[in-house]
Amino acid sequence: METMTSLSRRGILKMAAGALVVRFALGQSTSDTSKSLDATEVDSFIAIHADGSVTIYTSKVDVGTGLATAFRQTAAEELGIPVERFTVIEGDTALTPDHGGTGGSSGIPRGAADIRRAAATARQALLDLGAKQLNQPASELTIAGGEVTHSGGQRVTVASLVAGKRLGVKVNANAPLKNPSTYTVVGKPIARADVPAKCTAKHPWLQDLTLPGMLHGRVVRSPAVGAKLLSVDENSIRALPGVRVIRIESFLGVVAADEWAAVRAAKEIKATWSDSQVLPGSGELSHWVRQAPVDRDQALANRGDVNGALSSAAKQLSATYYWPFQSHASLGPSCAVADVKESGTTIWSAAQNPYGLRANLAKVFGIPLDKMRVIYRDGSGSYGTNGADDAAADALMLSRAVGQPVRVQWMRQDEHGWDPKGPAQLHELRGGLDANGNISAWETQMWIPDGPQGSRALLGPESAAMSQTHGQGAGLMTLNLDPPYPVANLRVVSHHLKDTPLRLSNLRAPGKIANIFAVESFADELAAAAGMDPVAFRLRGLSDPRAVEVLKRATAMMDWQTRPSPNPRAAEGDVLVGRGMAYMRYKQAENYVALGITVAVNKATGKIAVRRVVCAHDCGLVVNPDGLRNQVEGNIMQTLSRTLHEEVTFDKARVTSVDWASYPLLTFPEVPALQVALIDRPEQPSYGAGEASSAPVAAALANAIFDATGIRLRAVPFTAERVKAAFAKA
Amino acid sequence: MLRLADNDAMPQYKFRVNGGPVTVDSWDPEQPLLYILRNTLALHGAKFGCGLGQCGACTVLVDGKAVRSCTTPVKQVTGRSVTTLEGLGTPEKPSALQSAFIAEQAAQCGYCTNGMIMSASAVLSQTPRPTLEQVKQGLAGNLCRCGTHTRILSAVMRAAKA
Repeated sequence: METMTSLSRRGILKMAAGALVVRFALGQSTSDTSKSLDATEVDSFIAIHADGSVTIYTSKVDVGTGLATAFRQTAAEELGIPVERFTVIEGDTALTPDHGGTGGSSGIPRGAADIRRAAATARQALLDLGAKQLNQPASELTIAGGEVTHSGGQRVTVASLVAGKRLGVKVNANAPLKNPSTYTVVGKPIARADVPAKCTAKHPWLQDLTLPGMLHGRVVRSPAVGAKLLSVDENSIRALPGVRVIRIESFLGVVAADEWAAVRAAKEIKATWSDSQVLPGSGELSHWVRQAPVDRDQALANRGDVNGALSSAAKQLSATYYWPFQSHASLGPSCAVADVKESGTTIWSAAQNPYGLRANLAKVFGIPLDKMRVIYRDGSGSYGTNGADDAAADALMLSRAVGQPVRVQWMRQDEHGWDPKGPAQLHELRGGLDANGNISAWETQMWIPDGPQGSRALLGPESAAMSQTHGQGAGLMTLNLDPPYPVANLRVVSHHLKDTPLRLSNLRAPGKIANIFAVESFADELAAAAGMDPVAFRLRGLSDPRAVEVLKRATAMMDWQTRPSPNPRAAEGDVLVGRGMAYMRYKQAENYVALGITVAVNKATGKIAVRRVVCAHDCGLVVNPDGLRNQVEGNIMQTLSRTLHEEVTFDKARVTSVDWASYPLLTFPEVPALQVALIDRPEQPSYGAGEASSAPVAAALANAIFDATGIRLRAVPFTAERVKAAFAKA
Repeated sequence: MLRLADNDAMPQYKFRVNGGPVTVDSWDPEQPLLYILRNTLALHGAKFGCGLGQCGACTVLVDGKAVRSCTTPVKQVTGRSVTTLEGLGTPEKPSALQSAFIAEQAAQCGYCTNGMIMSASAVLSQTPRPTLEQVKQGLAGNLCRCGTHTRILSAVMRAAKA
């Protein structure tokens, strides 16, 4: 692949489709082949080629979610061109318009909406071109199968209509959209184009990218957070072939033409570092989170008189819940290739926000934006900001130092040890029930490690003592802290700590999984205190018919027996069985999800076996039911893993959970039966589904364990040791 | 015969890959097979996941058995027969197992897919008609972070029935 940074236009076109793409310039010189990046222009998003194929350009990237397929369907539907003719170019700052990065389940509601508007505008332009060509009024024309057809039977292909031209129109926010009731492509389970290649080793992974003259780089991270590099003994790796050592302040890297030489060099090089003990340790971290200095309090809800209502309540409850630091734990460690040249810098990365990455790298490294190009290529799933940005900075530092392209792939301990983490969260809840078992008062308080806003500090530049901001954004952490049930007296406060022991970033469904773990566990505790069936208790407070429907669907799927928890007939030999339910509306404004779990808990071993998960999911319009189902299933399995097993551990110096033994994931023998019901509402807006079904998993599991055992687990992960300890205390 | 060893001074290793003989050189006899496959032979199916034999992303078959290429020194495969994901089939002509993965859309990011298919291939060659439980046990050493487990299981069961 050729490296370009000066945006050679002919080169861009060659790269755009892997072959020469013929571009059309209506009313312009055909030699002007520049690719528009202006997000107000239709041509920035969509190019219709002479052979009838169509390219979609987008800054949103498909990190294994099926987003690109949804984009193809959305554009195909509006344009009336068969979906198999569409390809997608993602996240290339030289080719794709910047309509935002990928995250927060925004790919469908915002990304697809942008593409839909561009396609709908293009459709109008094509109808106008067809009207001229066929000499018929546009109102009598339709587009289907890639052809503009007059009601009288005359037809012309879209490809021939646009031949030699660019559409040259602005995206019209009011362009007429197809009526969802007429959809033929959106709503269908179109297969993903990348899956056959991924199953046959033909997929062009970032990790597989090779450039002429490319070296392999590895970075030696400090043995302790904040440690300074004191000395390096280059003789310690003299025996390894062709290794060069790059040291910039406390940044220590190695490059070699041979990857194994670079791997061994990074492992074997002798370096001495200063002592550093700046972390609080993870052992008693919940206490640290509760005691550490607070920077600001955020009042999220405050109505009625919570204290008064609590003191006059028939029953009062309080409980504390804890969620640990967790890692993105990408299966493949982060990777990047950088080619720094005098003429400009090119970065290949799997980062979810290529434009954001470019802006940050340009600022930190002092490179003008127009001299840097970031190109997305698929990497291992990231679920937010994993180490990808840092790996890109590492590759850039090394390539700049040696003047050759450098590929950096982190080692396992780098990813586990140094990816920015999803923050720990501590929740204290108080609630009151009136004499009829209604919730009369509710208070949620959350404490959460936090820090300044702005771009996240990159590891390599930090080691090299380069100037940069130290933002600690982790996503929308404070949504879903209040109950979805009516409460007259409600107080919700989020206490943001001044500092965080580990760097933060967004990790799938930021904050919401822990928030709903607390809120929906506590709702269950109130239901038990009221002596009510947990579903009946919830339904009593829900009036939104979409909320009621998901809850009823999920309970029907698992043959829910109406009775209070705990289960009076839980014992099955050595194990105790039970069921639990959790409901939520994601971000309080998006998807409705109800999720039920049946569980078996072994009292002797403490082992939790999740037997079955059912999920009823309403995200409005369903673009691709199979892609959606895949996402929902993945969210559930990943969050079971996070709930059962995952906690980043650290001592005073460093993260100590640095491999799959110390940071285990869910394994196949633990996989439960899984049943997902999708409720399609074509008349409703489509919410992104990349996160929502994650959010109720931990609460549903905690509620099921309570039903089985009478024991309430309020701290994640639900390890066998924790279960045994809880039994011992009960 | 594919010859990639042009430095006579460097130790050479002869084995078979996807049916054909290869001779590769490696300055380090302990160099894991994974790097030889990916960098010397440009076979990118096997992926680096952990380098510790813990995740299975690098799985290949050696004489029909699933092994972790990230912890298998190249010297150990001398004279043996290595099969990689490339050796099973192509997008145009996928193997039954690859077809089943495609039919079930059993991938999200797909980084673990190599290991899943190679490990499942070994499971099915040992146990052509496995129970679901046997497949779960057979894939116990393969990690998937996206949570595609149920589809992977469905794909393997589908292939077993094919």
